Amino acid sequence: MQKKEHWDLTIKPHSKWYDLRLGEIFRYKDLLFLFVRRDFVSVYKQTILGPIWFFIQPIITTITFSVIFGNLAHISTDGLPPVLFYMCGITLWSYFSDTLSKTSDTFTTNSGIFGKVYFPRMIVPLSVVVSNLIKLVIQFVLFLTIWLYFFVKTNQVHPNGTIVLIPFLILLIGFMGLSFGIIISSLTTKYRDLKFLVTFGIQLMMYASPIVYPLSIVSEKYKWIILANPVTSIIETFKYAMLGVGEFNWMYLGYSIAFTTVLFFIGLIIFHKVEKSFMDTV
Amino acid sequence: MSNVVLKAENIAKQYRLGQLGTGTISHDLNRLVAKLRGKEDPYLKIGEANDRSQFGGSDYVWSLKDINFEVKQGEVLGIIGKNGAGKSTLLKILSQVTTPTTGQVKVKGRIAALLEVGTGFHPDLSGRENIFLNGAILGMTKVEIKSKLDEIVDFSGVAKYLDTPVKRYSSGMMVRLGFAVAAHLEPEILIVDEVLAVGDAEFQEKCLGKMKNVSGQGRTVLFVSHNMAAIKSLCKRTIVLKNGETYFDGNVVDGITKYLEALNPSINKGAIEKHHRTVNTGFVFIKSVSLENEEFANGNSIYFNNEIGISCQVEFLKDISNVLFDIRIMSADGIEILHSMNIYENNFVDVKKGMVNTNVILENRLQPGKYFITIGVHLSDGLTLDYLENILEINVLNVAKNNQKGLIYDFKLGYVRPHATWKIN
Repeated sequence: MQKKEHWDLTIKPHSKWYDLRLGEIFRYKDLLFLFVRRDFVSVYKQTILGPIWFFIQPIITTITFSVIFGNLAHISTDGLPPVLFYMCGITLWSYFSDTLSKTSDTFTTNSGIFGKVYFPRMIVPLSVVVSNLIKLVIQFVLFLTIWLYFFVKTNQVHPNGTIVLIPFLILLIGFMGLSFGIIISSLTTKYRDLKFLVTFGIQLMMYASPIVYPLSIVSEKYKWIILANPVTSIIETFKYAMLGVGEFNWMYLGYSIAFTTVLFFIGLIIFHKVEKSFMDTV
Repeated sequence: MSNVVLKAENIAKQYRLGQLGTGTISHDLNRLVAKLRGKEDPYLKIGEANDRSQFGGSDYVWSLKDINFEVKQGEVLGIIGKNGAGKSTLLKILSQVTTPTTGQVKVKGRIAALLEVGTGFHPDLSGRENIFLNGAILGMTKVEIKSKLDEIVDFSGVAKYLDTPVKRYSSGMMVRLGFAVAAHLEPEILIVDEVLAVGDAEFQEKCLGKMKNVSGQGRTVLFVSHNMAAIKSLCKRTIVLKNGETYFDGNVVDGITKYLEALNPSINKGAIEKHHRTVNTGFVFIKSVSLENEEFANGNSIYFNNEIGISCQVEFLKDISNVLFDIRIMSADGIEILHSMNIYENNFVDVKKGMVNTNVILENRLQPGKYFITIGVHLSDGLTLDYLENILEINVLNVAKNNQKGLIYDFKLGYVRPHATWKIN
């Protein structure tokens, strides 16, 4: 019997849906970090303030929120200083929304490179997750400084043991943003309609999350809508851990974990299916 | 054991013509229905050969069809074909940028494609940072790049600007840096697309040298180009694509001749089809081009050293003054050898509406072989009125007409044999 020839690679029209070639991503890990570096370095080149912009963004958002939702609309902050309350939500939320919006146009913005060279396409959205993570860490330091000030000066802040969950919460919300992002980017290669909904959708989702208001003021009638939003429990748990207000419920958090896991696998499969031939339709 | 490192089996690629949009969703739905019922994609059956000059009835077109070939280790394969023949599609499939519609390609070892130099360069990053970025995009690891950094910088010749953002580079420097990175890739199979069309002559020479080097090390190269001289000097074997199908697969000299033949579908005497005209303004039509030939009635052969007489019938649809005729002769491997215009000998001519006979007699110093003739009619300011590229093929024989000495001029070097006076004491 003739020995079957060994081929390292077969390029063919279709592959099995579970053949995701994840091993390749590991082989290209250097590229991932170079992309992160590129994103990071290039954004603030030729700016005077440079990386200080990382701080200015959340500060301005916090001030805006304090004025509009705190002083004008008089929305409760669960008895906390508004600055602390808003910044807590904004820090985690902006990680989610930045990741989502930047991964959601992976195929369209990178079609130039993708059309010339092959590398696992997943590297690009993953690098977005990592570079946003670095940004989050910087902004988290800013939040911690303010948090520390209130912790020492007042006794309104009550951190607790749930604080150990924070790295996990960050991972979870990052992956959720990534999953939404790669699904949207895969669906927009052929039909671009969805693209117009992204900005709008992110904004809507923010108002459906307890960021500018605490979950406690939501009436029972609408609470299920807010809780159906998988981001809600992550933000609430984060606030509970850091500030001691809000709701912490394993069931709600479990829902978010299950939601993210399912979404991530759906995203991986769709993304992989699209990456092979999107060049013909983008 | 065979040492075939790349095997293409029946690959084909179908594209949809026209705009994506209306009608796409209904086609997608039809496909889905067919798939759910376990049937073949209904749109794979239709589609036609990719002849772009003619309108087809279908919205789908086969940009590649039934491509089969094998490449052995260490082989340098040239792929040629005119624009739209399917070269780029083939490259895209081989480099995994897109998938074939049917068929498959099997590969042994690492494959790297160079469809463009400097892919992914970020204008704000320095040359050094971009070397790493570009190298990683092409599939190198950081360690690999670091170990070759000096070589890359040396090859590119931009050492002085290494820490300057590449947006300050001249386009030539950018290309050189890009090629330098790519040249230091060490895949088992390298696919190169016309990168040699950029850069100055010296740099092109360097690139060719590097590619020869690569193949010398037992690595396999697939090289796509319009530059016949480069193909000829690099490759031993070539594949000619025509309208998405393999037109020829074999040795490089025959391949180039076939390619040039494919460019000029040989004309019937006198009749020139619409698609022969590469440029036409609608005022002037060259109606026929023929070789004036007493010895070989209506044939295309001429004796070695015999004058070449070409006559054309040209129809002018209006009076035009200051007309310029031009004739070029190109060798079978694509190099332009002779050029003549009526103004080199006389002046511009004024032509009245109607048929005009034009005759030109060229001194013939050509070496034996096949040549192609191009005819053009222009205005004095350079505007082209009609232009027929490679419209006539002539065959210079290896015997002279008055062959008293019985010499056979088989020994061929170069393209032209000058009149020479030898004095040997």
